[in-house]
Amino acid sequence: MNLSTLQRNFRDWLVSSSSEATLRQLGTSTTAGLDVYQNNYRGQLVGCLESSFPQLRAWLGQEVFLETAIAHIDSHPPHAWTLDAYGLDFDETLQARFPHNPDLHELAWIEWALSESFVAADVTPMSSDEWQTVDWDTARICLHPGLRQRTATTNAEAIWSALQDGAQPPESEMLPSPRGLIVWRHGYTSRLRLVDTIEHEALLSLREDNRFITWCDALVDHLGEEAGVGKAGQLFADWLAAGIVTGTR
Amino acid sequence: MLTTIPTFAGYGLGLRREHYRDFLETDVPVDFVEVISENFMLDGGQPRHILRQVRERHPVAFHGVSMSIGSVDGLDHDYLRRLRMLVDELDPLFVSDHLSWSRIDRFNSHDLLPLPYTEEALDIVCNNITTAQDALGRSMLFENPSSYIAFPGQVMTEWEFLGEMSRRTGCGLLLDINNVYVSSRNHGLDAHAYLRGMPLERVRQIHLAGHTQGAGLLIDTHDQAVCDDVWSLYAEATTMLGPVATMIERDDAIPPLAELLDELDIAREIGRNKQRLSEAA
Repeated sequence: MNLSTLQRNFRDWLVSSSSEATLRQLGTSTTAGLDVYQNNYRGQLVGCLESSFPQLRAWLGQEVFLETAIAHIDSHPPHAWTLDAYGLDFDETLQARFPHNPDLHELAWIEWALSESFVAADVTPMSSDEWQTVDWDTARICLHPGLRQRTATTNAEAIWSALQDGAQPPESEMLPSPRGLIVWRHGYTSRLRLVDTIEHEALLSLREDNRFITWCDALVDHLGEEAGVGKAGQLFADWLAAGIVTGTR
Repeated sequence: MLTTIPTFAGYGLGLRREHYRDFLETDVPVDFVEVISENFMLDGGQPRHILRQVRERHPVAFHGVSMSIGSVDGLDHDYLRRLRMLVDELDPLFVSDHLSWSRIDRFNSHDLLPLPYTEEALDIVCNNITTAQDALGRSMLFENPSSYIAFPGQVMTEWEFLGEMSRRTGCGLLLDINNVYVSSRNHGLDAHAYLRGMPLERVRQIHLAGHTQGAGLLIDTHDQAVCDDVWSLYAEATTMLGPVATMIERDDAIPPLAELLDELDIAREIGRNKQRLSEAA
């Protein structure tokens, strides 16, 4: 058997505990040694999902989380060079197993976004002196590379925050109307915030078109001259202080 | 090529998250630290920031677990690019990985899977090592694995494979004494013959670790102290080795740093004994 066939047979064994014929092809008379590799493989993936989604695990309970993790491992063999990427599509399994539980999907999104943001590229924010020289008519705004954003339909942010603080989490519930979830990194600390629709959409529009003047015009169109300019100033100052906005180019 | 891998005689520990504060805030008595390369092959963030700070205090060795040097598919070029960036930034003592494979087609097991010791596997491994060393601009070390199965049709021993691989590619070797012990016990080999068969002049680094007794097999778990048999094997190896960087590997059930430093002192004492014997001779 050449090495290519051996490696594919070995993969099949790990992924699906393949047949006796495969075992014979691998030249083993018993499965004892191969079992060690399969235990390592599956145990490592379960451990990876547990450490990537600690509060989701607490919310679901260990038994249900483990069943979900096993279903994910069976349907999503890992492919990235880094084990850290394995949780990237865990939500596909959550969607399949819990299609009517948006709180779980949003909780998983929060944890994954926080972990991505934690290791996003470093950026040195522009100094106040540099901000003084910005030509706002032509400025293009730079947002933190760790910024992640999605629509919130449930109180997953409150659930996650309570679990993270070791407090009693609230019952899961739908929000009266959709809002936004944003995750970013300030310094070396990942941050999570539930924002109103105006801020959520304003940030989305800035991500789509990073020209400051276009963004201000859109807010004015949406809110009117006075309210739009006021909101633009308030949001921009807040994002700057929080490290969401890092500079211009 | 090998002459470009300098020797480094000293005693170190793996840098693990549980001990970050110790390494950042105190003067930890080690000669070097080893990090798992992949944990720092990131775009940015706190892990790399911490590693930069530790690097200011200690020489650092990079130890990888995901290069998959035995893959018939060749190597992952994004992986090599990221590793090269880390190497260029932090100038490690050594860059090492394992004689194993993890990846086939689009599947990555994230485990150190065994290779058959055949001429075909040797050719593939050597081609991949050459690719990796060219991409990194330096020679690497490769570690003898612990293994739980042996394939039929092998034409050489593990130590013969390692020796020929090193001779062809110029790579150095990382000798894991615990892996020698575990694999020898699992496959009914003579660990002493393994050591004597190794091209020890190629060894630049030593790993010492603990293992667990499984169902009929020893498992390389890195979750407990080095056992007496492995210490004895290490003492034997030191009588045959030149200057090397020796370290304790602990990846699970990680104890307080002081406990690992005490364990490292055992290695130092064995090294001192070797020195005394050499001077007496």
